[in-house]
Parts: sequence; C-alpha cells; structure tokens
Amino acid sequence: MSFNDIFMLAPNPVLSGLAWFVILTIVLYTARVHAHKAISSVGRVLHNAMRLSARSVMRSEKRMIERNKEVLLSQGQEAAERIIEREFDRIDSTVQRDLSEYPALHRHLSEEIMKIDEYYQASTDVPPAPPGWVKAVEAVAKIPGAKGDPMVGSVLEDIHHSLVKANTKATEEYRKSSHKRHQLLNKMMPHWRKVNQTLCHVDKNITSLLERSNSIDRHMQEYEQIQKQTDRSVRMLSSSSLTQFFVSAFVLLIAVGGAVINFNLIARPMSEMVGGTSYLMGFQTSHIAALVIILVEIAMGLFLMESMRITRLFPVIGALHDKLRIKMIWITFSILLILASVEAGLAYMRELLMQDAAATRALLRDDSIQVVESSYLWITTAAQMGMGFILPFALTFVAIPLESFVHSMRTVVGILVVSFLRSLSWFLRLLGNMARFSGEMLINIYDFLIFGPLWLERMFKTKNRDDKKAESEQHSDTAQYSSL
Amino acid sequence: MTFIKKILVTLLAISFSLFSGCSEQPANHAKGVYMLMDTSGTYTQELKQAQKVINFILSNLNPGDTFAVARVDTGSFSEKDIVAKVTFEDRPSMANQQKRVFREKIDTFIKGVKGSRYTDISGGVLQAIEFLTEANAGNNLILIFSDLKEDLPEGYTRDIPLQLNKMSVVALNVTKLRSDNIDPREYMDRLSDWENRVQSGGGNWKVINDLERLESIMQF
Repeated sequence: MSFNDIFMLAPNPVLSGLAWFVILTIVLYTARVHAHKAISSVGRVLHNAMRLSARSVMRSEKRMIERNKEVLLSQGQEAAERIIEREFDRIDSTVQRDLSEYPALHRHLSEEIMKIDEYYQASTDVPPAPPGWVKAVEAVAKIPGAKGDPMVGSVLEDIHHSLVKANTKATEEYRKSSHKRHQLLNKMMPHWRKVNQTLCHVDKNITSLLERSNSIDRHMQEYEQIQKQTDRSVRMLSSSSLTQFFVSAFVLLIAVGGAVINFNLIARPMSEMVGGTSYLMGFQTSHIAALVIILVEIAMGLFLMESMRITRLFPVIGALHDKLRIKMIWITFSILLILASVEAGLAYMRELLMQDAAATRALLRDDSIQVVESSYLWITTAAQMGMGFILPFALTFVAIPLESFVHSMRTVVGILVVSFLRSLSWFLRLLGNMARFSGEMLINIYDFLIFGPLWLERMFKTKNRDDKKAESEQHSDTAQYSSL
Repeated sequence: MTFIKKILVTLLAISFSLFSGCSEQPANHAKGVYMLMDTSGTYTQELKQAQKVINFILSNLNPGDTFAVARVDTGSFSEKDIVAKVTFEDRPSMANQQKRVFREKIDTFIKGVKGSRYTDISGGVLQAIEFLTEANAGNNLILIFSDLKEDLPEGYTRDIPLQLNKMSVVALNVTKLRSDNIDPREYMDRLSDWENRVQSGGGNWKVINDLERLESIMQF
C-alpha cells in the first residue's frame, strides 16, 4: 500500500487534497484544547529544565571562580613567601659577611686613625721660636753712638752681623721644621684615603641593605594584599599567571625544537645499534630508542633542577636531607654527562653512516661524480658532536619553564572552564527561552492550520452573544413597561 | 587488599599483553622485490638499462628488504635462474656493503650474459611468486624487464593462473618488435593479455617504458 493509495480518497487529486484538509482540520479542531495543553506543557518542561540546568551551571561557575581565586592566591602567597625568603637569605648573607668582617674593619680603622693621630701629633710640635732677634738687631743698629765712634761702630757691626747670621740660621731651621710638618701631613693622606675607602665600602653595603629592605617592604605589601584577598591582588596575580603561561609555553616550544634536532641527530645511528627493521607500536624501534634517550635526559634534567632546589615540581626531592640531595645532584649530573657523551658519539657515527650511504648511492648511480672528501668535513662532524653533547644539558633547563607552565596552566585551565561554564549557562538559558517561545509559536501555528473552524466558532459565539444581549435588553424593556 | 592485588594483576596482564603484542615484528613493513631480466635474442642489448634499474632499486631499498634478480631464458621456473638475491641486514652499514656486493654480482653477470633461444616469462613470474611468498615481505613487487613476447619451447605448459595475492607487477622497457610496427594491435594485445593475467590473479599491473621516471616503481 503506497502513499498514493492512502492519499487518493477521490479520483481527482485536488478533491482528495481538499478532503484530507477537511478531515485533518476537523481532527485538529477537535483535539485543539488537549494539543494546546500538550504543546505548552512540553515548552514549559523544557524551559524549566533548561533554566534549572543553567542555574546549576552558574553555581558550578561560581564555585570554579572561587577555586580559581583560591589557587591564584595560594600560588601568589607561595611565590611571595619564596621571594621574601630569598631576600631575607640575601640580607642574612650580606649581614653575616659584613659582620664577620666587622672586627677586622674596626681594627683596620683604629690602626689608620692611630697612625693619623700620630702624624698629627708629630706635625703639631712647637716650631723654633720666631726670630725675635730682629728687634734686638734693629735696636743695636739704631744706637746713636755707633755712627760717631768707629770702634763702637765696628763692635756693633760685628754684633749686627752675628745677629743677622743667627737670624738666618733660625729662619732656616723654622723652614726645615715647617717642611717636616708638611711631610708628616703628606704622609697622612693615604691613611685618610684608606679610611675614606673603607667608609665608602660600608656605605655601599648599608645602601644595598636599604635597597633590599625596600624590596622586602614592597613584597611584604603585596603579600599583605594577597593575605587580605583583595580584588587588586587577584587581578594582578591572574595577569601575571597568564603572562607566565604564554612565556613558558613559548620557551617550551623552543625546547621542543631543540629536542627534535636532538632526535634527528641520534635516530639514524640508533638503527645501527638496535637495528633498522624492528617496530614497536607501529614505530621504528630505533626512533623509539632515540626518543627514550631524549626523554631520559629531560627527566634527569628535571631531577637535577629539583635537587638543586631551582624548581619545586617534586616536593619529595626538595625535602631530602642535604647530603642525599647533593649525592643526587652528582648522580643525575653523571648520568647526564654519560648520555651527552653517548649522544656525541652517536652524532659522530651519524656522520660516518651518511658518508657511507653517500658513497654507496654514488656507486649505484654509476655516474662520474665521485664523492669528494672535503677538507672542511671535520667542521660539520665537530659541530654535530658538539650539538650532541650540549643539547642534553640545554634540555636540562626545560625544567624551569615546565614548572611555570604547569603552575600557570592551573589558572589558565580554570579561566577556560569558567568561560565554558558561562557560555554553557547562557546557551542553556537561550534554549529554555527558545523552548518556551517555540511552544507559543506552535500553538499559534496550530490555530492557523484550523483557522476555518475557529472563525466559524468565533462567528457563532459573537452571534450567540448578540442574541443574548438582545434578549436581555428585551427583558429589561419588558420589566420597565411592566413597572410603569 | 585483595582489591589492590586484583588491580595489580590486571595492570600486569594488560602491560604484558601490550608489550608482547607490540614487540612482534610486523612483516608488512619490509619490501620484497623480484626482477626478471629477459636475456633472449636481441633483448640482451637492453640489459645495460636493466643494470640502471637494478641500481636504482638497490639505492631505494632499506634494511630488512629482500631483492632478487633472475634471468628469463628457456625455462625460467627454476632457482638456478636467480642471478643474485639478498635480504638486507638490520644494520644500515651492513646493508650498504650488501648493496655493493650485489651490484658487483650483477655487473659480472651482465658482462658475460649469453642470449637464450626461448623466453619463458610465465615460468619466471611463477618463480618470483614462490620466492616472494617465502620471503614473507609485507609489500611485494615483481619487475619484468622484457618485451613481454613469450616464446616457449615445445612441451612446456605455462597456461597456469597466477596467484599474485596483491603483489604489484610492473613491466619495464616493453620494447616494440618489428611485427608490432607492422600491426600495433599485437603490441596492445600483448600488454592487454598480461594485464588480464595479472589482475585475474589478484595483482596490480603497471607499465613503465620511460626509464627516466623510475620513482613511481617504488610506490607500491
């Protein structure tokens, strides 16, 4: 029985269509009230379900925001504590160093000051008496009898000469003593300078301490803000976390590039060690072996950084006893060194294999072009070996961006989840509203499909209402007449 | 406690099955190539070209791959017609040495080759199928360096369906004979017959006459 058989109620398709329209209209009109109820209840159910789901999602979003805030604040608090701790460590080491030098400094300054004092005392010795003879000489020269009596004159002349001589001698001695004092003062100069230098050094240390204390003050303020859980501190930490995420992701990408180069350096010679035909999980075993070596190097680098307390990804390593930690540093470093040496050897082998392959290819091509032994070939070999040796150590530092990436990722993932939940909540609300209005729209469409009977019903109702109105008016008129 | 034990046992079982399953060496990565060289009549003049093809294939094969070169003569369904065969070692350096030795063997053969009276290509193909099946390589290729004109001695039966089982068959340097020039339909019929035989045997058929475009040979 085909659709056509069911549809064709009359031989004419138009008539059949009309017949079906009439039948369906009657059926739909009869079921109108129930259909309206069903449609509106479905709409309401969907709307309420969506609204409830949206509310639940919004609650989850709020919880997520709270969790993000807690994570951010705890991370920020930890970071601030770490910075302040380090600043205090630095201050402690500076103070300890300076204080340990203090007795020596004190002794040095005392010695210098004593020497300066000695020189000063020596320079303040009373100089020989100023030439007071001058007046005596002048007085002798002014004796009036000296010009009249030649004998007295000669005696006086002698006295004058001897006085002048004595005066000259005294003046010379005075000069000598002044010169000596100047020399003593001159000797004081280096000691002054030393004292000055020492005091400058002390001043520098004090200034550095002051700067550090300022830095600690600043960090302490930030720490207080975090402790108070202010919005400003949350915003600041969030922005800092996002920056760290992108920067560390960028550095990790660079590290991945380094790892890829490293892989290419050792993958080929690895086939010489483990064979080039075996496969593991669909990949060549030699490639997997090369990858494992690189991953082991990265793991060793992580442990080395942890043991050196540069990163804090594994609290167990950080909490180890210092002796054990130092042992671990040496062990991981030795393993890294051995792996780096192995890689350098493999890089050398790679060069040999490539030369061998090139020679074989040239032989098989059977062309006249011979593989020329370049005198500069050792440069590429050395460069490859150098890269093979250095890259494992370079990969060690991946631990630092990795730590930042892991820590900042918690925040970034939290932010993404919040955004997703917010979008989901909006979408659910939208769906709920759409369901509600779709129900109303469906009711209207339903009524539109049965517009004929509805129109007749309205007409009938209007007529009935008019009749009733007319009847009631007539009744009231009759009542009025009867009362009159 | 028993729950933890159960989990540990399950994990051990999973890891064991995973590694035992993974460590199996899948054969489908290795390639097997068998090349038939027509040494009949005037076609021996073309063997210099065959040498180039062999060298090209050698340079494209990797450790673990198998390669054999056989001559097509009066009765080619025989191991005696295999000129050189090799399965390359795991280590690339060893594989390179094997390639050099293989090349030398082929050079020596081509220098001293004598033309055969008949051409048993079908026998050669049957031998190739047998060899490659034994080699158990994942991807197999049969190269026929010939004009594809079969000329069997009396009494030889070669009307046997080929069991190629997804092997690729490439006809190289299918030269046109004097009779082909008179009636090209002969040449076309010859190619068409071989194509039908290969495809009905479950193989893939290809013809490469321009030996400057050998790169497509190894894409099988």
